[in-house]
Amino acid sequence: MASIGKPKVRGPRKPVSKGSVVQFKSLIKHPMESGLRKNKDTGQPIPAHYIESVMVEYGGKTVVNATWTGSVSKNPYFSFHVRADKTGPVSVTWKDNQGQSFTNKATLKVS
Amino acid sequence: MEIEKKQGISRRGFFQRVGTVAVAAAATTLTGSPNSASAGVVDGLIAEQLGSGAVTMEKVMVDIPGKAENGALVRLPVSVDHPMEDGNYIQTVAVFVDSNPKPFVGRFDFIPEAGKAAFECRIKMAKTSKIRVIAKTNSGKLYGFAQEVQVAEGGCAG
Repeated sequence: MASIGKPKVRGPRKPVSKGSVVQFKSLIKHPMESGLRKNKDTGQPIPAHYIESVMVEYGGKTVVNATWTGSVSKNPYFSFHVRADKTGPVSVTWKDNQGQSFTNKATLKVS
Repeated sequence: MEIEKKQGISRRGFFQRVGTVAVAAAATTLTGSPNSASAGVVDGLIAEQLGSGAVTMEKVMVDIPGKAENGALVRLPVSVDHPMEDGNYIQTVAVFVDSNPKPFVGRFDFIPEAGKAAFECRIKMAKTSKIRVIAKTNSGKLYGFAQEVQVAEGGCAG
């Protein structure tokens, strides 16, 4: 799978005030094969290859922990929220069922 | 007419026989589809993911259109109208699509630091189906949302 990975995380660019709830958006390239599809030419099943865990970390805590299945669309988009506390990275880690892991982060500036 | 008699079957007779068989075959595929899970199966999955309990149909909001053009990409913006403070917050939100081969789509676990139990993702839908989004508070109360979404074109075997 040539085009896989390129994890993106984006939050507010400007500093936000402490205590405010801000949205982050994330995107990753991934085929998200459910394992239920078949190759049209050979009839062979296409092996399952999907992201099964998405972890959002901020301020030393796992703020959001998502468990996915092959029913999530390919190249998954995921938006979530965090409550601003201190300036620091908001990191997102994707793990797929074939053991690959991808991480990226965005810095949340708190004024 | 001459030819039809020679073959021993008239055009009308042919369609009558074939038609009956085709309708019967179609009926079996519709009722006997092994991939579609019944509502009971989904209830079981909800209990497995969130624990059993009565689901109150409120607080969970999903801004979803009634029709989806493409089943491979159905937007699912979810937001739960519930405070996120220590000791009183939404712990888990789980998403189910009744008619998918695997109805359990995913679950999202939160802690109060998230500030808001809201997210958006995109899901696959094999065909027209009911979508259910169930939220669980830290004390185990269940809130839910359900809506039928029509799918114009199915998404690759969700």
